[in-house]
Amino acid sequence: MAVQRIYLDNAASTQTDPEVLKAMLPFFTETYAVASSQFSHTPGIEAKEALDRARETIATRLGASPEEIVFTSGGTEANNFALKGTAWAFKGKKDHLICSSVEHTSVLHTAQWLEKQGIRVTYLPVDAEGFVDLNQLESSITDHTFLVSIQHGNQEVGTVQPIEVIAEICKKKNVLFHTDAVLTFPYFDLDLKKIPVDLLTLSAHKIHGPKGVGALFIRKGTPIVKLLHGGYMENDLRAGTENIPGIVGFGKAVELANPEIAFKLRELQKQFFYKLQNSISDVEINGPKDFSRRLPGNVNVSFKYVEGESVVLHLDMKGISVITGSACFSRSLEPSYVMMAMGFSHERAHGSIRFTLSKFNTMEEIDTVVDACKEVVNTLRQISPLGKRE
Amino acid sequence: MSFPYSKKVLEHFMHPHNVGKLENPDAMATEGSPACGDMVKLYLKVDPEAKTIQDIRFESYGCASNIATGSIITDMAKGKTLEEAKKITWKMASEELGGLPPVKVHCAVLAVDALRTAIENYEHQHGLLKEKIPTDEKMVLKRLSRVINPLTGLDVVHTKLVQKVEVHDGNVTVWVNLPEDHQFAGNIQNEIIERIQPLWDVKSVKVIFQEET
Repeated sequence: MAVQRIYLDNAASTQTDPEVLKAMLPFFTETYAVASSQFSHTPGIEAKEALDRARETIATRLGASPEEIVFTSGGTEANNFALKGTAWAFKGKKDHLICSSVEHTSVLHTAQWLEKQGIRVTYLPVDAEGFVDLNQLESSITDHTFLVSIQHGNQEVGTVQPIEVIAEICKKKNVLFHTDAVLTFPYFDLDLKKIPVDLLTLSAHKIHGPKGVGALFIRKGTPIVKLLHGGYMENDLRAGTENIPGIVGFGKAVELANPEIAFKLRELQKQFFYKLQNSISDVEINGPKDFSRRLPGNVNVSFKYVEGESVVLHLDMKGISVITGSACFSRSLEPSYVMMAMGFSHERAHGSIRFTLSKFNTMEEIDTVVDACKEVVNTLRQISPLGKRE
Repeated sequence: MSFPYSKKVLEHFMHPHNVGKLENPDAMATEGSPACGDMVKLYLKVDPEAKTIQDIRFESYGCASNIATGSIITDMAKGKTLEEAKKITWKMASEELGGLPPVKVHCAVLAVDALRTAIENYEHQHGLLKEKIPTDEKMVLKRLSRVINPLTGLDVVHTKLVQKVEVHDGNVTVWVNLPEDHQFAGNIQNEIIERIQPLWDVKSVKVIFQEET
C-alpha cells in the first residue's frame, strides 16, 4: 500500500517550491549564457540581469548592498570561505578563532583543519539548552582573535543564539563576527544595517530553494581572501561560472518566504510538543523551552527507554521521515555532539528524535505523526528491559 | 529501500520473535548498559534432564540490528542443547540474517554475549561446570569488567569505581567508590549482584558504597 509520506526532516533540506522550480527552468533551456558575456551578447545581458535581480532581492531582505552578497555553492562553502578566508587575510597578524562547540560540521571541521595550520581555536561550551555563555565569549576574545563564528539557529535542538548581542560584543572588542544563518534567514528579522555582523552564511535549499546554491554576506571593508581562483566573478571574490538557475531559484525562494510562514511553523511546533507530551509518557524536550528562543520548525524530544534508530526505522515504515541523535544512527557510533556538548547523558541522546517542519506540513500531519509515535514508542517499550510499560 | 539492512533484518526488527520476560527463568543475563548505548536482557528455561533450551526470551533497549539479532539467536537457540547453543556466534547470526553492516556488528555481539552469559550462569548454578574453579578476587574483577560505569560509559573496574574486592568462603564483598545516595548507586549494585551471584560457589554478594575522600 502506498502511503502519503510525511516529511519532517526540513532542517536537512526542504522541498523545492514549485514556483521556485518554474522560475528556474528557463535558465536551463533558454537563457543559458554566462553572466560575464554581458558585454558580448543579449543572452549574456539577460543572465546578468537575472543574477543582479536575485542578488538585489537577497541584499534588500538583509538590509545589505548587492555587492556585499557573494553567491557560493551552498552553506558549507560559505562557512569555509568565512573561516579560511579571514584566517588567510590575518596571516602573520592574528591567529585566534572562536566558535561554539555546537556549530555545523562545516564550521567545526574547518576550525579543526585550521588548527592543523597553526590557528588556535577556542570552542565555547554551551548550557543545557544549547546557549553560549556571553561572558565567557567576551573573556575569550584576545588581541590575537581575528574571528568569532557563532551560528544563529542550531540544526539539532533549534537553539537561537542572541546574535544581536554577540555582534555588539565583537564590535566593541574589534573582532570580526561571522554567523551561520542558514536556518533562520529569512524567517527571522535580520537587519544588517542595525546588527553589526561582518559575515553571514545563507543557503537556498533550507528555504524551499534548490540545492547547490548559497551565499556569504561580506560587509564592505571586511578583510577576506578568496578561496576559488579563476575568473573575476562575484566581485572577484569567487571564481567559477555563476549557477544562474540556482541563484534565480534562491532569489525566488527568498521572495516567497515571509514572516507568516514562521508564524505558522510556531503554531505547528507548539501543538506538536503539546500533543507529544500529552499522549506519550516520559518525553523530554531537548533544546530551549522558551519558544521565542527556538527555531520555529524544530521539535526535538527524547523518548525514554527506547533507542532512536529503532524509532526512526519504525516511523519510516509508516511513511514518516525523521532523524535521531542516537549513536546507533551515526557512522561513527558516537551520539550527537550537540547533545554531548549540552551535557546530556548518552541515554538521552540515545532516545532523541528530531522533527523539523516546513510550510508544507499541516496540523493533520502532526496528528498522524503523534499517533504513530505513540504506537511505535509503545511497541518498543514493550520489548525494552528498562522503565515503565503502558 | 535505502537502509543498510537486509530484508530479513527488517522483518525480524519489525516483528521480533521471542520477546519479553520469562517468569521464574532458570537463568538470565544482561549485556550492555543504557550508559554506553544498547542493552539486552536474556532469559532461559532449561530442560534439566536433556539440558536443552525449552524456552528463551529477550528484551532489547537497542537499535534494529540489536533487536533483529536478539530475535534470530533466540530462534536459533530454542530446542538446542546448552552445548550447541554456546557455539552460536555473531557471525552465524549475521549470516542467518543475510548480513549486517560492519558498523553494526557491535550491536549484534551484545545479544550473542547475553546468550553465552545466560548459559554460563545456568552451568554455574546447576553443577554443570567441567572444572570447578573456586571464585577468587581475580575472577570477580573479570566478571565486573563487563559492568558499565554510567558516569563515563566505561567499565567499573578500569575506571576504578570498584576499589576493592574480597572473597571469603563464598561470601563476596565489593567496595564501590560512590556515595550511598548517588543516583546510580542502586543500578550499579543490582548489576554487580547480577554478575557475581550466579557463580557456582558464591553464597552472598555484598556491595558497600564508600566515597574516597
